[in-house]
Amino acid sequence: MSSREAILARVRRALADVPRDDDFPVARDYARAHVAEGVLELFVEHLRDYRAVVHEVAEDALPDAVAAAVGRRGARTVVTPAGLPAAWTAGLAEGVCLADGWEYGQLYEDSINNRPELVEAAGILTTHALDTADGVLTAAAVGIAETGTIVLDAGPGQGRRALTLVPDWHLCVMRAADVVASVPRALERLDPGRPLTWISGPSATSDIELNRVEGVHGPRTLEVLIVR
Amino acid sequence: MTPPPTFLGMPPFPEAARSAVSNPQLRHNLRKATHTIRDKRAHVVGELSDWAELRAAGAAIKDRTLRRLDEYLVAAEAAVTAAGGTVHWAADAAEANRIVADLVRATGETEVVKVKSMVTQEIGLNEALAAEGIRAYETDLAELIVQLGDDLPSHILVPAIHRNRAEIREIFVREMAEWGVPAPPGLTDEPAALAEAARRHLRERFLSAKVAVSGANFLVAETGTLVVVESEGNGRMCLTLPETLISVVGIEKVVPTWADLEVFLQLLPRSSTGERMNPYTSTWTGVTPGDGPRDFHLVLLDNGRTDVLADTTGRQALRCIRCSACLNVCPVYERTGGHAYGSVYPGPIGAILVPQLRGVASGKVDPQTASLPYASSLCGACYEVCPVAIDIPEVLVHLREQVVEGGGHRAERAAMRAAEWVLDDAKRLRTVQRVAARSRRLLPRRAPGPGAAWSDSRALPEVPARSFRDWWVRERSAPPPQPPAASPQPPAASAQPPAEQNRIEEDDR
Repeated sequence: MSSREAILARVRRALADVPRDDDFPVARDYARAHVAEGVLELFVEHLRDYRAVVHEVAEDALPDAVAAAVGRRGARTVVTPAGLPAAWTAGLAEGVCLADGWEYGQLYEDSINNRPELVEAAGILTTHALDTADGVLTAAAVGIAETGTIVLDAGPGQGRRALTLVPDWHLCVMRAADVVASVPRALERLDPGRPLTWISGPSATSDIELNRVEGVHGPRTLEVLIVR
Repeated sequence: MTPPPTFLGMPPFPEAARSAVSNPQLRHNLRKATHTIRDKRAHVVGELSDWAELRAAGAAIKDRTLRRLDEYLVAAEAAVTAAGGTVHWAADAAEANRIVADLVRATGETEVVKVKSMVTQEIGLNEALAAEGIRAYETDLAELIVQLGDDLPSHILVPAIHRNRAEIREIFVREMAEWGVPAPPGLTDEPAALAEAARRHLRERFLSAKVAVSGANFLVAETGTLVVVESEGNGRMCLTLPETLISVVGIEKVVPTWADLEVFLQLLPRSSTGERMNPYTSTWTGVTPGDGPRDFHLVLLDNGRTDVLADTTGRQALRCIRCSACLNVCPVYERTGGHAYGSVYPGPIGAILVPQLRGVASGKVDPQTASLPYASSLCGACYEVCPVAIDIPEVLVHLREQVVEGGGHRAERAAMRAAEWVLDDAKRLRTVQRVAARSRRLLPRRAPGPGAAWSDSRALPEVPARSFRDWWVRERSAPPPQPPAASPQPPAASAQPPAEQNRIEEDDR
């Protein structure tokens, strides 16, 4: 008997007291959300609580805000995922943007894994190229106010998971309309088939005397531009 | 090279605890850390008005899953496979270790990077890989401290909780060069400087790693999605950059649906690190071409879990989501630390999980394992904070019964049988009580023989001059006390306690 069959048989034996048509009920009487109003304000407050840098900007001021943030940071190269609106980087000097060609649903598997000569042709940045970049600029899929969380789902302007991991500075544009109140509301909007990254503040650890310290392996600075 | 440290051969809990509580540095570190995290947890749990409902839902979802675990496992396997992953089944630690070692060897690599994972510690994966010539690098900061310090983990969430910043600096300065990038010159014991040293030490290893090993917090049966909850980003590095990812997951980690995560992603971070949300949560389903590993292997592990499932009282331990809130509130853990429990699962949850995983129900466990259900004062603080409402005291008492049934403990069983015989019959009880009352001046203050160890740490009750039953009989047969006929005051307003009550207290003394 395979281990698969053995384990399943052991599970069934262990559950001899449970009827086969058991339908154990789960009461879902918890709240779908804990706040109804002031969702955006709470989102900003909780982002700042975990020491993210937050700016609120109008849609037409976004290119200037991106350029100002890059200038403040002194970043000379910024990774930009495929599908990022061109207008967002219109204020940046030539050569600052380091475009990555990966798009969700496109089959780049061969080019990345087996034929390195095609990596450049497909516009896929190597991990070491990401490591030398000064930052990354992305969009986001969903924001969660109650937890101060940004969720990336590999959609347009968000790119592969490595893009927002290796560079030390993450500049993220979050549309106010995509900010929801709670974790349940966020999950409703997300597709589990996509690789998701939930980000709540910069990389941190509590491993030294259980105090939170910012900055271990992920980006040590998270900056969020909220577009109303 | 010296052999790696191991929990094997640890003395039983009382002995291990005795040496732990006499270490003042350890007690200071533990007290500071557990009190910090208790306050943080209480604050963020207080933010959610529906915590009780979330907790009940978390428990119910886990129970629902466990009660049809075979079906959910088969569904999860099908979903992972459909998304491009490969599923393996491991009945025990040896089989899981062999599967992982074979998968690593097939890649031609001799190094793997690891995300912090309780289950790979449970099965001793690092040691098993080392025996096959494969070196496993821990990447979680606390795991790194433990690995570099040739130490053992002492907490589920913060394995190096027993170390303070000065000790951590010492370990980094002494050991980092041996394992790779050395500690920077002039390293201080500032937490930020220590974190920076860890970042530099591991950076190149992440960027060049070809194979990673992880555990998972949840496995969604309906979609085949795996979830890893972390803080530092080392998890993301391991889950995203290598070409091959191997995740070892206990069969109890399954949850039925994607929507069920709405409960656990609220319960877990607030209970665990006392945050509204941990810095990073990754979810992935099979493989995504061009994003992350091209090979994904899921190893589903039993290793005693089906034995736990078979115990109708003990099976609730499988609800555990490894948050470690029960450790942080436990008065015993706070004083002894994690090593005294002799397992990777310390604290109250370890005291009920480990004996069951090691087969305490079979009656054949070593004295160390048999001592674990007694590593508790049964105060119930663990049950109060448990986000999935595991009644740890109930299971502890249940396991104590199993230990007592399982051989040894002859004196205790004889004493219990004698008590049963006396209490079973009113006449016998009266006789024993009268004999005890008359000879009460002669009774020793200390139990004889091995019972002395028990009575030395407890205040024995004094035997009263007369038993309650005798007092009651005499009281009822005597004429009722006369109410004071001439009293102008109604009895309710009397400031004097009734006479009977005074007498009871006297008799009880």
